[in-house]
Amino acid sequence: MIDNYNIWLIIIVMGLGSFGLRFVFLGLVGDRPLPDWVIRHLRYTAVAILPALVAPLVVWPDATSGHLDPARMAAAIATLGVGLWSRNVLAAIAAGVVVLYAGLWLTV
Amino acid sequence: MSSSSSKSVFWRGVRDGMPFTLVIAPFAVLFGVVATEAGLNVFEVLSFSVVVIAGAAQFTALQLMQENAPTVVVLASALAVNLRLAMYSASLVPYLGKAPLWQRALVAYLTVDQSYATAMIKYENEPEMPLNEKVRYFIGCVIPVVTVWYITSMIGALVGTALPDGLAIDFAVPITFLALTAPMLRTLAHVAAALVAVATALVFAFLPYNLGLIVAGIAGMMTGAQVELWMTRRAAP
Repeated sequence: MIDNYNIWLIIIVMGLGSFGLRFVFLGLVGDRPLPDWVIRHLRYTAVAILPALVAPLVVWPDATSGHLDPARMAAAIATLGVGLWSRNVLAAIAAGVVVLYAGLWLTV
Repeated sequence: MSSSSSKSVFWRGVRDGMPFTLVIAPFAVLFGVVATEAGLNVFEVLSFSVVVIAGAAQFTALQLMQENAPTVVVLASALAVNLRLAMYSASLVPYLGKAPLWQRALVAYLTVDQSYATAMIKYENEPEMPLNEKVRYFIGCVIPVVTVWYITSMIGALVGTALPDGLAIDFAVPITFLALTAPMLRTLAHVAAALVAVATALVFAFLPYNLGLIVAGIAGMMTGAQVELWMTRRAAP
């Protein structure tokens, strides 16, 4: 399967491309001031992208062939809930892991 | 004096980045194992992790290679997953844009979700932090995550056998990202941005090359900006 590919070509192009994406604004815009409306949009980058990346993984996990999984859903809700309440990233991760394993154990 | 405080800012970053190694490690081991099963050798796995440092994109590339997708599709999809990094890059400009070019290049290479989000929370809470401390804090946040990413993906490649499914390692990333998002939901605008992004991501999940994520990100950012404007106008007498 992998033998059909030039793996080094893939590694190098992915590396250059990923660096390019990471560098494009920070490197090329630098200290030129950005317009207010751009900054207003950028403020919400993390808060939009991170949950958007996660949403399909929570609702349709690959591990359960795309079927909604009560343990994973409960873990997601626990993580978010504890994170909102405590404002502490580590506490939220701990809550998510505990609920995930408890849920998996209960649903076996 | 300023150098000692800069040093402590670096170590504060290391401390704040450290917890993520707990979720990064199993994820990276999994990458090493899956890549080895797909036919990569240890050196190729390590190079992959060092050159790319982007778990989601690396898994996407592996997945598509196992499906025998054309090389162009493998590259396009993996890089599309990484388009969010361009948005991160743009959102770092107001905070780090004045740093020297070599520092900006270093920050760019080291931009990964967890440390980016940790640094953004810090920058928003402490806007008066001097530029050189912002850079040091960022590097500090990244060091534990990236080091563990390199080493544990290589360990995965050396172990090379399937991990039991019961570990549910697939869910390490969702839990981390949700945990990072929750403390950022400070205002109505942030909450609205997140909700719209989630809804859009689910609706557009059918789009190829993970483009749904980009559509969702843009929709969420536009929502946040509009709600912020609306709240400012309402607050004004």
